[in-house]
Amino acid sequence: MFCIRACSGLVGCRTATRVRSLHSLPGITVAQIDEEVAKLLQLKAQLGGDDGKHQFVLKTAKGTRDYNPKQMAIREKVFNTIIGCFKRHGAETIDTPVFELKETLTGKYGEDSKLIYDLKDQGGELLSLRYDLTVPFARYLAMNKITNIKRYHIAKVYRRDNPAMTRGRYREFYQCDFDIAGQYDAMIPDAECLKIVHEILSELDLGDFRIKVNDRRILDGMFAVCGVPDDKFRTICSTVDKLDKLPWEEVKKEMVNEKGLSEEAADQIGEYVSMQGGMDLAERLLQDQKMSQSKQACAGLSDIKLLFSYLQLFQVTDKVVFDLSLARGLDYYTGIIYEAVLTQAGVAPVTTDAQNGAPSEESVSVGSVAGGGRYDGLVGMFDPKGRKVPCVGVSIGIERVFSIMEQKAEASAEKVRTTEVQVMVASAQKNLLEEKLKLITELWNAGIKAEVMYKKNPKLLSQLQHCEESGIPLVAILGEQELKDGVVKLRVVATREEVQLIHNTHTVSLITVSTKV
Amino acid sequence: MQIDEEVAKLLQLKAQLGGDDGKHQFVLKTAKGTRDYNPKQMAIREKVFNTIIGCFKRHGAETIDTPVFELKETLTGKYGEDSKLIYDLKDQGGELLSLRYDLTVPFARYLAMNKITNIKRYHIAKVYRRDNPAMTRGRYREFYQCDFDIAGQYDAMIPDAECLKIVHEILSELDLGDFRIKVNDRRILDGMFAVCGVPDDKFRTICSTVDKLDKLPWEEVKKEMVNEKGLSEEAADQIGEYVSMQGGMDLAERLLQDQKMSQSKQACAGLSDIKLLFSYLQLFQVTDKASAEKVRTTEVQVMVASAQKNLLEEKLKLITELWNAGIKAEVMYKKNPKLLSQLQHCEESGIPLVAILGEQELKDGVVKLRVVATREEVQLIHNTHTVSLLAHGRMT
Repeated sequence: MFCIRACSGLVGCRTATRVRSLHSLPGITVAQIDEEVAKLLQLKAQLGGDDGKHQFVLKTAKGTRDYNPKQMAIREKVFNTIIGCFKRHGAETIDTPVFELKETLTGKYGEDSKLIYDLKDQGGELLSLRYDLTVPFARYLAMNKITNIKRYHIAKVYRRDNPAMTRGRYREFYQCDFDIAGQYDAMIPDAECLKIVHEILSELDLGDFRIKVNDRRILDGMFAVCGVPDDKFRTICSTVDKLDKLPWEEVKKEMVNEKGLSEEAADQIGEYVSMQGGMDLAERLLQDQKMSQSKQACAGLSDIKLLFSYLQLFQVTDKVVFDLSLARGLDYYTGIIYEAVLTQAGVAPVTTDAQNGAPSEESVSVGSVAGGGRYDGLVGMFDPKGRKVPCVGVSIGIERVFSIMEQKAEASAEKVRTTEVQVMVASAQKNLLEEKLKLITELWNAGIKAEVMYKKNPKLLSQLQHCEESGIPLVAILGEQELKDGVVKLRVVATREEVQLIHNTHTVSLITVSTKV
Repeated sequence: MQIDEEVAKLLQLKAQLGGDDGKHQFVLKTAKGTRDYNPKQMAIREKVFNTIIGCFKRHGAETIDTPVFELKETLTGKYGEDSKLIYDLKDQGGELLSLRYDLTVPFARYLAMNKITNIKRYHIAKVYRRDNPAMTRGRYREFYQCDFDIAGQYDAMIPDAECLKIVHEILSELDLGDFRIKVNDRRILDGMFAVCGVPDDKFRTICSTVDKLDKLPWEEVKKEMVNEKGLSEEAADQIGEYVSMQGGMDLAERLLQDQKMSQSKQACAGLSDIKLLFSYLQLFQVTDKASAEKVRTTEVQVMVASAQKNLLEEKLKLITELWNAGIKAEVMYKKNPKLLSQLQHCEESGIPLVAILGEQELKDGVVKLRVVATREEVQLIHNTHTVSLLAHGRMT
């Protein structure tokens, strides 16, 4: 008793203060009130302990959201397209647990490690929610001593970001990864990854896109010949990475003022990073007096040439650009890197606040929908003998794709169906439930997707209305006269055209054809 | 294996001591009670999901998804003693979170949050329980749940019957062997306890004991009721008589006539509903497992045939319309085939329907659609109707 009184007193105090301050706010919205109420209830629940009664906090966790049926329907279509492409290229799939041992993830993400969700120490192993699908993949390869695999993995990952929900950034979001692991002849698997990105983006019909390509060795070589000290490579790289969002002047300023680079070095870098092209650019740079001094850069440039020759055969050079300003954040890339961007504006841009100096994971710039590269050293970090398994892969920014598709669906007149029902089984008079249930059973037995109203005597109009709302194309109408005659009326909802079918096994075959099962 | 485990533990400890070491951390383990799915397992999983989801979709269900973690208090107080099995997230300065324990509480939250009163939804996703995993017995801490629920106010027992129909379809299609679906009712149980003399406040605990009958013999269950739960031996015996009963609609009927049971209004309500349920289950053809011989989803085709000569051009036009509409159709590679041969081909190939073009029909602008097996016919006006009626319902 004492405890409860004290608790509610406490809540009451804070409630009073809160409510007063809310009242004093002009133009308070219902949404804000809801949020405050939710917070107070949460506090109350914490104070009240395992109350057990009707505690229903009507909120999802910050940075997470439910998917409603419309969104799920869109999501299913997108996954089918993407998975279809992966399968077409002969990939298998795996799945890993949502949490890993904390130390599996430790030391893999640099500064981003602070964004990892940890599980509470409840007396067992220390666990963390997976941050991406690449580290679990490396662990899987090492654990199972796999040296060759072509795999895709579509699953949610978790980051304690500061979500900017209006900008589509969540703490729980899907990643869609495709990776080829194994020692192969140079650039063939790398080229196939790009071919896959090209296929997927084309099939998803998101508008025009470009795939920017660069190479970690070219970047490092470029920094070297421009006079960047070795120990500043990574931090200068992060700064260059900002070129997709900031103009050169600001990027240069950061290099010189914040990172301590000489202005001369910055200018030299400036010349290079403005270069874009195809195989021709790689050729030119191999002849470039300065660049050619770096063995590393030359190796990268030769591989870019080789890559483009394969891309030509794959017929995807139209959208691929060798872009020296591309500098993806992740530490673990060792060779080619790439990023796909949509060239059309018109959708809410998803931006990232790349922390200063931090190799921010998968910097998603305006319009970016996919990214990846070659990472030859990661699996070796997991293998007890340090055995290397070279890998190249790509991650599709699927949440971005969902967003775009949702907006398209919104904008178009076409309705997104959330069910796939083909036939509504309806009745024109009362007391026909039994007959309807018999008919629907025949339809289900034949694999036809069908529904019936959970009502003994529904009105025909309500049943027809349900068809229109759900987008059900056909309705099989039972009526007393028809039953006597042994027929079923099959009507096309949209046009009202009708066919009378003799009700026997026919009905099912004919309806099956109509629905093209 | 034990050495591996010990090494792993020591390395884990070392990692904790060493902080953000960053270099070669050889932890080659998944968390206790969890496992990877390799490609073979994924292939099997995909097939199973396709079967199950196909069934859900056939019954008109939509799907939703919810986050893997909920606010801790959403889950608080919902699982009784099992609450200690919930995985909590570390307090990292924000909201207190827990991994979902099932899909039902998130579903209820979703309904309330979106003020939804009617929905038929399925949800397939992983849930998390800090069980003591007995991996040899297939118990994991991370595992899939596959839920189907119908929410809303409807006429009695129809949605309930559909749920059972769905279970029946799924288990049949998955081809797992013979199965039984046991059905009872909370009101019948409570009514039974009441008329057997169980005190009201012992209903739930006696219920848990009865629940053990699927694993323990009656004698042990009775012992628990009498010795541990303080039930009179007489009451236990009376319960014993009832819980041995199994049957169909006939049992429900009998119990409604039972002198003792019929005294409980609650039990009678439950029994009437069981009768109603069974009447629907009969219509759904699932009361007798043997009678649920199901025709699989088949590749249906239409044979495009002609009754006279010189109709190849018309047949080819019609078949093109059918193909354009995605219908699987065939025509004989012969300019003037005999009708009989075309019909014979249908029978041999198992083609169920034949669209017959004839001179008179062409003049009248109709197409005869015949069911091969029975010869019954429908005349369709040949225009966009034919195709739209034949093609409508496809998912584009």
